[in-house]
Amino acid sequence: MYDVIIIGAGVTGSAVARELSRYKLNVCVLDKEEDVCCGTSKANSAIVHAGFDAAAGSLMARFNVRGNEMMDDISRDLDVPFKRNGAMVVCINESEKDGLQELYDRGIANGVKGMQILTREEALEKEPNLSENVVAALYAPTSGIICPFILNIAMAENANANGVEFFFNTEVEAITPAVCGRSGDPIWKLRTNNGEYKAKYVVNAAGVYADVFHNMVSADKIHITPRRGDYCLLDKSAGNHVSHTIFPQPTKFGKGVLVAPTVHGNLIVGPTAVDIEDREGNNTTAAGIGDLIAKAGDHVRNLPIRQVITSFAGLRAHEDGHEFIIGEVKDAPHFIDCAGMESPGLASSPAVGEYVGAMLREKMGLEEKEEWIGTRKGILNPANLSIEERNELIKKEPAYGRIICRCEMITEGEIIDAIHRPLGARSLDGIKRRTRAGMGRCQAGFCSPRSMEIINRELGIAMEKITKLGGDSKMVLERTKGGAQ
Amino acid sequence: MAARNSYDIVIVGGGPAGLAAAVAAKKAGTDSILIIERDKELGGILNQCIHNGFGLHTFKEELTGPEYAYRFIEQVYDLGIEYKLDTMVMDISRDKVVTAMNRTEGMFQIQASAVILAMGCRERPRGALNIPGYRPAGIYSAGTAQRLVNMEGYMPGREVVILGSGDIGLIMARRMTFEGAIVKVVAELMPFSGGLKRNIVQCLDDYGIPLKLSHTIVDIEGKERVTAVTIAEVGPDMKPIPGTEERYTCDTLLLSTGLIPENELSRGAGVEMNAVTSGPIVNEILETSIPGVFACGNVLHVHDLVDYVSEEATRAGTNAANYVQNGCADEKSGTDIQLVATEGARYTVPSTINVSRMEDNLTVRFRVGAVYKDSYVSVFFDDERVQHRKKRIMAPGEMEQIIIQKKKLADYPDLRTITVKIEAE
Repeated sequence: MYDVIIIGAGVTGSAVARELSRYKLNVCVLDKEEDVCCGTSKANSAIVHAGFDAAAGSLMARFNVRGNEMMDDISRDLDVPFKRNGAMVVCINESEKDGLQELYDRGIANGVKGMQILTREEALEKEPNLSENVVAALYAPTSGIICPFILNIAMAENANANGVEFFFNTEVEAITPAVCGRSGDPIWKLRTNNGEYKAKYVVNAAGVYADVFHNMVSADKIHITPRRGDYCLLDKSAGNHVSHTIFPQPTKFGKGVLVAPTVHGNLIVGPTAVDIEDREGNNTTAAGIGDLIAKAGDHVRNLPIRQVITSFAGLRAHEDGHEFIIGEVKDAPHFIDCAGMESPGLASSPAVGEYVGAMLREKMGLEEKEEWIGTRKGILNPANLSIEERNELIKKEPAYGRIICRCEMITEGEIIDAIHRPLGARSLDGIKRRTRAGMGRCQAGFCSPRSMEIINRELGIAMEKITKLGGDSKMVLERTKGGAQ
Repeated sequence: MAARNSYDIVIVGGGPAGLAAAVAAKKAGTDSILIIERDKELGGILNQCIHNGFGLHTFKEELTGPEYAYRFIEQVYDLGIEYKLDTMVMDISRDKVVTAMNRTEGMFQIQASAVILAMGCRERPRGALNIPGYRPAGIYSAGTAQRLVNMEGYMPGREVVILGSGDIGLIMARRMTFEGAIVKVVAELMPFSGGLKRNIVQCLDDYGIPLKLSHTIVDIEGKERVTAVTIAEVGPDMKPIPGTEERYTCDTLLLSTGLIPENELSRGAGVEMNAVTSGPIVNEILETSIPGVFACGNVLHVHDLVDYVSEEATRAGTNAANYVQNGCADEKSGTDIQLVATEGARYTVPSTINVSRMEDNLTVRFRVGAVYKDSYVSVFFDDERVQHRKKRIMAPGEMEQIIIQKKKLADYPDLRTITVKIEAE
């Protein structure tokens, strides 16, 4: 019996898990995938939005602005790559200039600090590659870029280090209310493919599946639409094309196609917005990529789109009311929703964790642990060391002297660390999200066989059982005829 | 920091280009040579090319890739040429300081008098092609699959579709067939193959594997492992034609859609690049825009046959040795003649010729941009056509060459431009 079960090891579930790990509490996280950060959290714009977009008074506005504020501490304490690069919403039609003022006013109402409306000249001075057609721009200096994988992984690792258990490949199939035989208190029974789990409280952080679980326990139904967005990621040689996050003016489908540097030096372009049925439908489409390429040049000139190194699609968990649903479900006591977590969900995640943590502290009368450790060290990046320090390290750990990923210059030492740390990587994508090995311009052509050998050696997983992303995603199927000895 | 070493010539890459360059430089009288190789053995990509067909030009016999490589590796051993394995070059500076790293020595720097760039090339991945669909396991570049099959001994899959008809893809179609896999189709975007004619015959035709020209992939299915791909015909605008889609169930997609010279280190050093080849711009001695930095093999331009890599690298090695032995001075006089590729010829290597320094018979290599039948390779000295040679067939998958004779250039003291073009008559 757990005190709290969190469904979903994405960025929201992991943020809640970390907050709950402060308390004397028995917590676990269930996820149907083989790793943390496998759904919406892994495929998004990687932006910590400033908070001028969401309607004044909405939960989206409140959690976005608070999450944004918290990000400096979070990124420092948990060693997450984060940079406040500032955002610009670019107006290219004189007739739409009022829209900027509207955003500005909304930002003020939401508590966003430091915004300015820039003239064409001021905007071009800050960002020379803006479209020729720029008329004016809203500038929001608090907007940032972050590594979404590491934010998610770091919060989960930190939660785990403080006692939260994680069960992967564990899919919740049914949730039913029950009564504890000993205490007579109400509890939740979660049937999964890996047996039954019981808890006093359930936190539903299931992303595009959050409505499924909500609707299992409540008569007051909610509906989430997977809203697919295609992205292109450009080579690091294009990473300096813009230094701010460049948005068009928003429409009812969202913030539109943005162009932004990533915290690792690439350039990201996206997303499109297409509502679909399939909650696993994260395939790119020719139409989507075409649409993206057509739109991307509207606000940024000479976009070097030919330098694309990969394209991908993510699914936003779009709730019909376009609002976060956070809190205890009225007709399902002790069942806490964190639903509708579409953008600005990434930016909001620490604030959602904080809020749910405080709520449960009060409801459950929780006591803090004396020994809680709020910090986490990331995987050592030898590229940040001096040559002397690096050589000291290699003397102690020769694996840091062997490059495995030639594009991102990732060493064997980093990959071994990624495998053996708390909630370590077990698949090639797990290694990729933790170390960036395979994320460069050759897209894992060089490092895959080498990373497979390391997984094989470090975890004793047979080569034929090593996967790209868990499940049946095996990299190789069998021995060759001559390789069978 | 380990003590700074110095060598006369540092060769970056121990594949066919690096090996031949090292052997030639040593034979030309330079003793202080170091080859730096990132893999665990010398030989480069040849080690995974276990098919035969190598060396017909160089050795007048058919060798496998490892056998061909060994002909050079043996000479490296016999000549006592130094090499470091499992060592990654991290940086090359403009003044030829090479920074490298390995497990035993850590990060170290070497001052070179001359550097030979011989890093080879890499494959264009799916991401660069914007192929729509899912991103499951089972999608490999042909060379990665070749490494898994031939060096690691594992089969990436059983039912295969191949996109691109580059030589590695063609070779892998046959290799996977030998291993019991079913290769269903090879789709090629262009109206012609990017590979050698002999590979189409010996690797596809002989096994009844269809090659669909002017076709591309429009969808990849499968959330964990590839389950199917859909190909479609493309029109002259290279866009898929609706209604021509054909779906193939398969568990594996191999990509053989082009090779990209691996020039991150060259760019870092400040070497000027050729936008067409994605390799350095070189002069008649295969020297880049940085004096004393030479380039050869697939890092310079992607070759069709390794024999030509060896030949080019031999020249680069000899020239680097001469450069070092001449006290690192650029000994040339007069102005450079520019080489221009146009009208069907895509590029030339080299890009410039200085007569005072050229060989008696300088081989200039180039590729054509389309298939040409019964056409002429023409060479113009300024406006005068001086060569006009009929070729029954020329294709983008095969390199072409012309020879420029030094003694002929003596008759053209004021020559500024040599133009190579393809003419119908």
